[in-house]
Amino acid sequence: MAAIEVERHRGRLAALAIAVVVIAVGVPLWWKTTETYRAWLPVTQINQLAQLQLQLSVEVEVVFSRGTLTAEHQKKIDPTHTRLEEHPVDETTVLSYRYETRYRTATIMEEDALNQPTAAETDESLHLLSESPCGSVVIYVVPESTTLLPEGVSVYVGQRRTALLRAGRPMRVGVGLKEVLAHLETQVQQVLKVMSFSHSDITAALSDRVRLDYSSREGLADSMRAFKSSPGYEITFSLLNPDPKSHHLHWDIEAAVQSYIQPLLSKLAPVADFSLDSQILYYAVLGVNPRFDPSLNAYTLNADSLSHVINPVEARLGSSAASSNPVLNFLLYVPDARHSPLYITDHRKYTVVSNAFSSPRWGGIMVYNVNGTELPVHINIDMTRVMGVFLAQLRLMLGVQSSTPPPGFLVGPCGPAGLADWELDRLLWSRSVENVATATTTITSLAQLLDQIGNIVINDNIAEQVSAAVASLQLAVGQLEAGNLGLALQYSKEAILHSERAFFDPSLLHLLYFPDDQKFAIYIPLFLPMCVPILLSLLKMAAEARQRRRERQDKKE
Amino acid sequence: MGDQFQEELVIRPLHSGDIYASFQFRTMWDTDFLRGSKVSHYRLFPKSLGQVISKFSVRELHISFTQGYWRTMQWGQPFLPSPPGAELWVWFQDTVTDVDGAWKELTNVLSGIFCASLNFIDSTNTVQPSASFKPLGLGNVTDQRFLRYAVLPREIVCTENLTPWKKLLPCGSKAGLAVLMKSEKLFHSSFHSQALHFRPVCQDWKCKSTVWELRQTLNVVFDLHTSGQGKREWSLFKMFSRTLTEACPLASSSKVYVDVTDNPQGELFELSPTTPLLSQAVVLGDRRTYSVYDLTNQATFGQTRSLNMLLRWRAAERDMLRPLLHGERYVAGYGLQTGEIHTLMYNNHPYRAFPVLLLDTVPWYLRLYIHTLTVTSKGRDNKPSYIHYQPSKDRLRPHLLEMLVQLPPNSVTEVTMQFERALLKWTEYTPDPNHGFYVGSSVISALVPSVVAMDTNSTRECPLFSSFFPCKEESSYFMRVYTEPLLVNLPTPDFSMPYNVICLTCTVVAVGYGSLYNLLTRTFQVEEPSPGLAKRLANIIRRLRGVPLL
Repeated sequence: MAAIEVERHRGRLAALAIAVVVIAVGVPLWWKTTETYRAWLPVTQINQLAQLQLQLSVEVEVVFSRGTLTAEHQKKIDPTHTRLEEHPVDETTVLSYRYETRYRTATIMEEDALNQPTAAETDESLHLLSESPCGSVVIYVVPESTTLLPEGVSVYVGQRRTALLRAGRPMRVGVGLKEVLAHLETQVQQVLKVMSFSHSDITAALSDRVRLDYSSREGLADSMRAFKSSPGYEITFSLLNPDPKSHHLHWDIEAAVQSYIQPLLSKLAPVADFSLDSQILYYAVLGVNPRFDPSLNAYTLNADSLSHVINPVEARLGSSAASSNPVLNFLLYVPDARHSPLYITDHRKYTVVSNAFSSPRWGGIMVYNVNGTELPVHINIDMTRVMGVFLAQLRLMLGVQSSTPPPGFLVGPCGPAGLADWELDRLLWSRSVENVATATTTITSLAQLLDQIGNIVINDNIAEQVSAAVASLQLAVGQLEAGNLGLALQYSKEAILHSERAFFDPSLLHLLYFPDDQKFAIYIPLFLPMCVPILLSLLKMAAEARQRRRERQDKKE
Repeated sequence: MGDQFQEELVIRPLHSGDIYASFQFRTMWDTDFLRGSKVSHYRLFPKSLGQVISKFSVRELHISFTQGYWRTMQWGQPFLPSPPGAELWVWFQDTVTDVDGAWKELTNVLSGIFCASLNFIDSTNTVQPSASFKPLGLGNVTDQRFLRYAVLPREIVCTENLTPWKKLLPCGSKAGLAVLMKSEKLFHSSFHSQALHFRPVCQDWKCKSTVWELRQTLNVVFDLHTSGQGKREWSLFKMFSRTLTEACPLASSSKVYVDVTDNPQGELFELSPTTPLLSQAVVLGDRRTYSVYDLTNQATFGQTRSLNMLLRWRAAERDMLRPLLHGERYVAGYGLQTGEIHTLMYNNHPYRAFPVLLLDTVPWYLRLYIHTLTVTSKGRDNKPSYIHYQPSKDRLRPHLLEMLVQLPPNSVTEVTMQFERALLKWTEYTPDPNHGFYVGSSVISALVPSVVAMDTNSTRECPLFSSFFPCKEESSYFMRVYTEPLLVNLPTPDFSMPYNVICLTCTVVAVGYGSLYNLLTRTFQVEEPSPGLAKRLANIIRRLRGVPLL
């Protein structure tokens, strides 16, 4: 009997040893060998970014010229003043604007500049005195009786980052400093909305993160028109000549680009890289047959049919195979002799003056009628007319908003570049916010995806890109807070670049789906016969141990 | 404004009764894209291609897509030879630092432009030939580090490749000769090849400045029996189901040539409408005569305002002069372990020997035994004067073999080499692996002595003073011959095997493990065997009787 008991004990020990070996060696081995490589990702930082708290800081300088502030006020005035606005957009995004206002009186040189005869000249000479950094605004308060501003105009917005503000009525003697500043404050607010950013611009830029409710159709159309922020754009001018046999067209695109487009693009260089090209397409026709309108004695394209115009042309345009940047197309269409003159009519059947239309996030088309009775004709295209239209369209496509200023504002004529400094600033503000928003959504959705699908291999280079994107995002947010607009945009561009590179890395696609049921179907022939005896003997041992304990307890009792 | 566009079509009636039509479109691009400015303007040159060329700093680009094999022995020499499948060779500018990276990106971009699987070009099928592919344009760069050559013999060419190719023409397929290119006719043919050649050329005869030339060619051979409907006649309409009505208005010259060399008096075929214009040219070492139809001249189109050339055969098939250089290739051997590649090179010249350059690229999964390389002609060993061999690396690069071999007159030279077939990993097999694996054509490049110099006892009228020395300007000409691609079977496993193996192994392991486990954990005890039936019955009886049990 004892021998049998010894034998049983040995069997139990053997089963236990096998179970220990399987659990201690086999399971970790299997786990280790079938594991996918997943590099470390900065998950906590990404989760922090998902809660986006953007603070935009604007430096405002309010300069009082002679005669706008009494000496007593000058002494009492607090040189700096900070105002904080907070706008929660949704549960994960909070926007706050910080306006750091500095008050000072004008220097003698500035006083001289303010004595120029016209506002434009003043603006120019003020600019020569000091260069204000990107993103900041300088407001000169001029006396109410000034001759710089025409009657009824209270604010003049210059070409640079300066504005002239007519001192209001309450600035007369005997009024407390508080009221003076309070009145000034509302006006400064308005100026800033025009010159740096308004809340609606910034929320529109956040459209990648936040689902917006567009109260008006117009607002939606505006936000859809401009291209999404991208590190580069390709601008293509195409001349469509459907009838090269009768129309010999010549366009001096080189010179036109040099004198009209290039200045604007060099001004926009901090926003993105632009590359320009032009081409001539022969036998390219529009997708719609124009209708003859006897009242105009011309062919017309209705606004409703314009949406069908582009498709057949698009196939010939030649998508840019060499880069992945979005392409802005500007087409100049010269209708053939049988369909000219051709006019574009709007919804109310009036002909459009520019004879051009634009397609949101795609580009613009202009119809250029030629009249030649004798065919073939040689035509030199009037590039000034064409480029005027294309330039306006280009501004729209790039998101340079020409919002109508509030009443009492006068916007100075823009210089040779076609873009004032403050317009560039507006663009930079919304572009940096948009970039930050896009990059955060890309990174967070990538992290979410990787978290959900455990089979995806995360290589080191992806982890590097993600970390770089997170680092640049943090830097960009920090620079926005510090008010360094130029640096913020640069970092946000880098963040976009890194995040896209990580998101679209081809190595993420390998073995994206390796379903668990099939995996276990393969394992079962091995696992089932191995684990069942172990489990059974473990259960048996446990039962025996329990019984023995009960017996021992019985004995004690 | 140096951009120019020319178009032409050459029609050559072949001796077999088939007909060979060759389109060439030439676009000159007067630009200096090498300066790297970000602004570029395109007039006649296609923008999509121009952007690619300037982005990747390409010096020369030659790409061809071919369906079918050019039968040299039946059809003679083509104007532009091309191997079956897709072929791409590119010379990069010497300013390119990362040539491999540029090549990889370029192939991907080109595959997008031409809707072809050029993206399958990688290091395993790319070589850098040292001598066979020299730049065809201006410039003296011969450093092969900037050259990349790849062939995809498996590529199938169809309409989706033709459409983007046509889009590169300034007139598209709307006017000019390109209206003839209807894909349902072009692909219903024995041979179809479309190609694109980009290279720098001289702007004028002084060659002070260079312009970039884009030559788009399309060669097609129509089969008499499948599309001739029994009658021995050809017309433009019958070939292309279109006729010509106008030249492309942008073309500075637009011409159709018909080869009438063998038909001076119209004894072989009848051509209508007739044209007074004749042109002579030395093509591939042979003096040929062509009837020329100038499409820029309204008179060409006649009363009907359309040109539909009709070519009616009069004589039956005739033998043609055998091409001087010809190549063949096949795989010999049996079984799935080893084999032998045979390459045959024919020199049909009656008395002149000439050297040829043979280029062979063999994928790594055929492991060449280079020591078994033999070159024999006329039963004797023929030692190559130059051999450049680059062994393969598994999954990295193919074998490259280049040899300069002298071909004796009127002989066949045979190059043989043994190889072993490698076993691939199961993910490396192509879809349908039992079809076999393609090995690209060998390329034979040679300067071939001219036929013009050959006929010294010519019956042709030509001045005696011009024909004494054989070394005329056309005494030899460059020729490239592509052999057939090879189709090699590799040992192919049963692809459901891994799962079966896993199941079987697991079962074996489980059975072994189970018995071992039983042995180790079960307790064994001796048990009295139970008494037999007789004994038990006896015991029952004994119990009843009260006698002690057994």
